Amino acid sequence: MNKQMTGIGASSKRREDVRFLTGKGQYTDDINRHGQLYAHFVRSEVAHGKITKLDASAAAAAPGVAHVFTSKDFEGVGGVPCGWLITDKNGEPMKEPKHPILAEGKVRHVGDPIAVVVAETLAQARDAAELIDLEIEELPAVIDMREALKGGVAVHDEAPDNLCYDWEFVAENKAAVDEAIARAAHVTTLELVNNRLVANPMEPRCAIGEYDRAGDQHTLYTTSQNPHVIRLLMGAFVLGIPEHKLRVVAPDVGGGFGTKIYHYAEEAFVTFAAKKLNKPVKWTASRSEAFMSDAQGRDHVTKVELALDADNNFTALRCLTHANMGAYLSTFAPCIPTWLHGTLLAGNYRTPLIFTNVKAVFTNTVPVDAYRGAGRPEATYQLERVIDKAARELGVSPIALRKQNFIKPDQFPYQTPVAVVYDTGDYDATMDKVVEMADLAGFDARKAEAKSRGKLRGLGFAHYIEACGIAPSSLVGALGARAGLYEAATVRVNPTGSVSVFTGSHSHGQGHETTFAQVVSDMLGIPEDQIDIVHGDTNRVPFGMGTYGSRSLAVGGSAIVKSVEKIVSKARKIAAHLLEASEADITFEDGQFKVAGTDRAKAFGEIALAAYVPHQYPIEEIEPGLEETSFYDPKNFTYPSGGYACEVEVDPETGVVKVCAFHAADDFGNLVNPMIVEGQIHGGVAQGIGQAMLEHCTFDADGQPQAGSYMDYAMPRAADMPMVNIDSSCVTPCTHNPLGVKGCGEAGAIGSPPAFVNAVIDALAERGVTHIDMPLTPQAVWKAIHGASAVAAE
Amino acid sequence: MTDMFPQQIDVALSVNGEAVEARVPAGRHLIDFLRLDLGLTGAHAGCEHGVCGACTVRVDGRSVRGCLMLAAQAHGAEVWTVEGLSETGEIADLQEAFVARNALQCGFCTPGMLVAAQELVASAPAPTREQIRERLSGNYCRCTGYEAIIDAVEAVAQARAGGAAR
Repeated sequence: MNKQMTGIGASSKRREDVRFLTGKGQYTDDINRHGQLYAHFVRSEVAHGKITKLDASAAAAAPGVAHVFTSKDFEGVGGVPCGWLITDKNGEPMKEPKHPILAEGKVRHVGDPIAVVVAETLAQARDAAELIDLEIEELPAVIDMREALKGGVAVHDEAPDNLCYDWEFVAENKAAVDEAIARAAHVTTLELVNNRLVANPMEPRCAIGEYDRAGDQHTLYTTSQNPHVIRLLMGAFVLGIPEHKLRVVAPDVGGGFGTKIYHYAEEAFVTFAAKKLNKPVKWTASRSEAFMSDAQGRDHVTKVELALDADNNFTALRCLTHANMGAYLSTFAPCIPTWLHGTLLAGNYRTPLIFTNVKAVFTNTVPVDAYRGAGRPEATYQLERVIDKAARELGVSPIALRKQNFIKPDQFPYQTPVAVVYDTGDYDATMDKVVEMADLAGFDARKAEAKSRGKLRGLGFAHYIEACGIAPSSLVGALGARAGLYEAATVRVNPTGSVSVFTGSHSHGQGHETTFAQVVSDMLGIPEDQIDIVHGDTNRVPFGMGTYGSRSLAVGGSAIVKSVEKIVSKARKIAAHLLEASEADITFEDGQFKVAGTDRAKAFGEIALAAYVPHQYPIEEIEPGLEETSFYDPKNFTYPSGGYACEVEVDPETGVVKVCAFHAADDFGNLVNPMIVEGQIHGGVAQGIGQAMLEHCTFDADGQPQAGSYMDYAMPRAADMPMVNIDSSCVTPCTHNPLGVKGCGEAGAIGSPPAFVNAVIDALAERGVTHIDMPLTPQAVWKAIHGASAVAAE
Repeated sequence: MTDMFPQQIDVALSVNGEAVEARVPAGRHLIDFLRLDLGLTGAHAGCEHGVCGACTVRVDGRSVRGCLMLAAQAHGAEVWTVEGLSETGEIADLQEAFVARNALQCGFCTPGMLVAAQELVASAPAPTREQIRERLSGNYCRCTGYEAIIDAVEAVAQARAGGAAR
């Protein structure tokens, strides 16, 4: 195979690696401002309660303390806003209670901030916090969603039954779905939990506020995936700072996975306090604070029913879900179980009738929002689990059942019954590929060999689709988004021909500085090292929406392409003038503008210089300079898809599951950097296997977190992970963006949990086990084996 | 009281080959001393209780959690961080292998991972992949899924053992 060495399609080595590998990365906590003060948050130790006494006078008088902030300091200041409005099935807007910066009379989850001590050192702030005279009258807490909906204890007075919204989609299909299920030859029902997770990027959140009195300028350094979104939300809705007076910088960010999308109270706090105290104020989360204050992920309880006709065609799907919002609405929380979940319930299948009801519930727990995949993993998990269960009930191959019901390549564009239109795909190809990779033919022998050792071996499959490239602004606007979801890019050609690209996308591990440079290099025919990618600073980059939902290349990359196209178009005009030829006769290839059919040429760098030194220049026709800005708003989502296979061995004596092999066959459309794509799959699969096997964020009946540190929240370590076998050779390019790319950031986390669980159930089928809720810990597996055996023995 | 339990402690140690003398608060962790007092921000605090390994540095030849050791305990010690190990070129092959194999993404865990990996390849001449996984299990990485890290460390171990051209 002829591997490309540069540009689009090459596995260019990541330029950002050098600074990270030598300790020169600049993460927010690596920044220290002269004279900075330290903030320590006093957080609720109970899940629900009334603040009956809050006297900070002794703390305020303690050594080094500059000020102790309580909600009184924030009178007239807005709460943390929610960015997405969902309309209830009755046409009412969702319940949207205020989320104050600091608790106003009531605390609603363990970790809810009550007061902040700001002092010269962190130790002084912590010591002073002990002097705060705080009394809280504890109230009963609501933790379980179904219990919460019964009312009696309300997290917010505005929602006495704790219902944020009751959403139906597609409402007009409800009766038809009910009827199809009633008439079906077979209905498979599955009740399952999509377990609550803590995103846990390795870098804890951090924020530094700074205020310049001379210019009335605020600066916020923060661990964010989208600095402009923070500037807009915090400036306009919380603190009332106009955007030209507010700069938000998100420097190197140590992983996000969704949880660094949102605007957090701590960001508003340090910005506010820096002005009040006229000194920089810094806050860095401890890991236990991260467990109490970072928005968490998933937490759906679902009943799914799949109806099939006598020929095993899917005829209808009904999904009833309770989605936990936690105690407050995080920035994008309401749209996760609705528009990012309901619209993906067709999966890769031709199911003609789909209905879902989602009840979003307030509980006295940490807020929940998007985590890697966000709604799409929940949709895929229930679909791929219920299909496997149906295959087992019907005695047919789960692969054949999937393929029979797949949307076929000649059916694209495909209008699903749940609003979205898939532009392209070839699900048979990725399914066939993963079956081949998994060596299905040799599985029986491997199973028999495992049995001889007393182990139960299982092979599970899943096929996912996701909607990425978020998102067409007009569409999401109609669905309740309070923002547009385009992306922006400025391409600045410097006078001597190097290029600075200013992107609204944000890189926090994705390798944009390399990938985006590859795209520009390919288009302009100049070396990658002549191109610099700038991101993460609202004073430097145009208004952009940031990075999430696997959107950066599909949307942010497309904005860069648009700007480069404008650059080439203008450069061609300049070249035509300098070469004294008609513009139509100018070709551009490998960085050279040529008069077609002649040897007369100008290099790209010469054109750049002419644009900035316009001595012999068509000044009447074109402006000097060579810099273009574009905003790209996608026409549709992109729809990556893929087949995943997982092979496991279960020790029935201990319940321990070993992942023996994992295979991923994805269709991401065109690839710009295959090496980086592979890394995204590896990481996504690790998080998916983490969810399926290890990770669980639970609360006791009083709302105390049972996983509050790395000692009691298990994430995959090196020894837990199998080899992951990856193939991205099945390519159906996206039809509506210029690069034909689909996005790859979340796929691994979406496809792997159902593949893993299906594998374990396959292994345990002979013991009568049909379902185990994630995570499949040894204890859960052992209980399932022995519970099922006990039932079988009766 | 203050004589028995001093608030400030004088320490003299070697950091990245240079002599350092400082007066530190008794409760100052080594990682905070390195980051805040010396400006060596390569190693990071990730969990503050010794589980994640992001703060791993080398103290007297062994990899140590910077969050579990006080600066005061480092009196007389020889401390190396990723900055120093980069400067001397001791881990240059590991760094090159990490780039070649894309063994890092956000980079936050990487300095600690490198110190742990260097200790492994320096002490075990030809580790198996399973041994590498086991030995690096003290360092969390949330981005890569570890596979590329294992590849990179294995390649360096083989190269150092003279097996690069096998």
